[in-house]
Amino acid sequence: MNFFQIISEIEKVDPEVYDRLDSRRSIFKNMAGLGQKLSAAALPLAVGAIFNKVYAQTPVGAGVNDVLNFALRLEYLESYFYNARTNVTGLSAANVAALNLIATDEANHVSFLNTVLGTNAIPRPATTGVFDFTVKGAFNPTDAATYLTLAQSLEDTGVRAYKGAAPLVMTNKLVLTAALNIHSVEARHASQLRAMRRAGINSSAPSQGVAVAPYTTAPKSWVSGTDSATANTSRATVSNVYGSGLNTDAPAGITFESEANITQGGLALSSSTLSATAGFPAAAYSEAFDEGLDVGTVARIANNFSVSGDYFGKY
Amino acid sequence: MSTKLISDSQTVEHDQDRPLSSPIARRSFFKYAGATAGATALVLAGCSKSDSTPGTVNVGSGDAGVLNYAYALEQLEAAFYTQVRTGTYYTGLATTHPERQILDDLYYHEVIHRDFLRIAIADVAKATPIKALTPDFSKIDFNSRTSVLGTAKAFEDLGVAAYNGAGQYISSAVYLYIAGKIVSVEARHAAIIRDLVTEGNFVGNDVITLTTASNSSVTNNNALANTSLERAKSPSEVAAVANTFLAEGSKIDVSGIR
Repeated sequence: MNFFQIISEIEKVDPEVYDRLDSRRSIFKNMAGLGQKLSAAALPLAVGAIFNKVYAQTPVGAGVNDVLNFALRLEYLESYFYNARTNVTGLSAANVAALNLIATDEANHVSFLNTVLGTNAIPRPATTGVFDFTVKGAFNPTDAATYLTLAQSLEDTGVRAYKGAAPLVMTNKLVLTAALNIHSVEARHASQLRAMRRAGINSSAPSQGVAVAPYTTAPKSWVSGTDSATANTSRATVSNVYGSGLNTDAPAGITFESEANITQGGLALSSSTLSATAGFPAAAYSEAFDEGLDVGTVARIANNFSVSGDYFGKY
Repeated sequence: MSTKLISDSQTVEHDQDRPLSSPIARRSFFKYAGATAGATALVLAGCSKSDSTPGTVNVGSGDAGVLNYAYALEQLEAAFYTQVRTGTYYTGLATTHPERQILDDLYYHEVIHRDFLRIAIADVAKATPIKALTPDFSKIDFNSRTSVLGTAKAFEDLGVAAYNGAGQYISSAVYLYIAGKIVSVEARHAAIIRDLVTEGNFVGNDVITLTTASNSSVTNNNALANTSLERAKSPSEVAAVANTFLAEGSKIDVSGIR
């Protein structure tokens, strides 16, 4: 438990943290004795509670909290979606086991963000009447293949959301590092779900599927172009998961391109600009980089799963 | 010894010329830390103050330092997958075999990452890329599926942990965003390679905080048990592993990243 280190790092973001802690010296003293009195399992809760108290009066920054709460809404969506996996029929044991792992991660992300936000966290949504995984009847989420397609869309959107939001929280290194550490886990999930779709709902070895262009039903583990225009169009009923975003809210110098983008840092990637890549397939240049999205575009995608149509904001 | 470490780490902060150095000096925070695990960070901070080790490649400091650090890791990965293609494990796979498809793509992606970063460091960041590193893959059997995939798993997981741990040292939103574009692809790689090694192991407590808290010395890593956050690694932790795959004269010094 490096909680002293955590305090040290918060200090870098907030030089006044010791003044805050000093004004609550009794809390700090109690903390010193916690290690002897509390079990290791209880300690994280205690630390979270102390941070919440310290920061309750002066939030880290309304912007950061807004971003974290938006992330929490997405994690609720994902978590509730995976809770519904028990209604799905026809999945192999290997696929069920993978979904169980992913469900645990998403539930953990929900509780983690709640701990970070403390009293600033949005309330837990009701288990019914908030999310609609049929997207107003367009999909049957109890069908195994459909369920995995929806899951892939949610995970790939999650990756794009955290990536696009990272620059918004970069002044708070603690929050940034946490966001990055969730971002890559979402990418692991997306990779796994793509492998599961590639190998099929009955497969006992999801890693052994063969990718088949145009990747509509047998995608690669990474996003290739927009995974074919056909696939993108069919998923357009869930909104444009692999398309471009809006740049009105983007930090200077950043544009939210579609997943087919091959221009990075102003450099158009090709075998002529990267001489060692002669003979590489054209798709590799888009696959090598994932693309982020702005909050508004993520919200529009996610709102397809909202009964009210605006759980993720009025966009 | 502890006094010297504290003194050194304060010097480090002053070197960065940040306003936050004053609270540290004023409050002498480390008195609070005592003998806790936080001392790990002090030791590392103290050690990293030393000048570059002779014969090593210093990645530098600031954003260019982080970019060169990433460039070093991408060099290592690209060299690895390039050599994979010469071993009998790879050459023995049919071109339509899923493992060959995956290894082909990983080779393409990592070479693209490597060459992109070299050009971006020069043209976008207006800095000097580090030299081409010479790998030492003597411990890898490129004819063995177990050795190749086991090493690939180590490299991909290391890459994810490295990018995540270094994000906080990037000051430019543009570079942070580009690093984010690369790290999620590395995470996609890591997941499928881990599955090839052991089916269903795309996440695990060795890489994310499932059942135990993060014990990394990475600064700003606050991952507790049951949070499912990636176990980010500090540049010094990553370099310690990466250097075991780099030849003498090509080992990297990342002490400038802080």
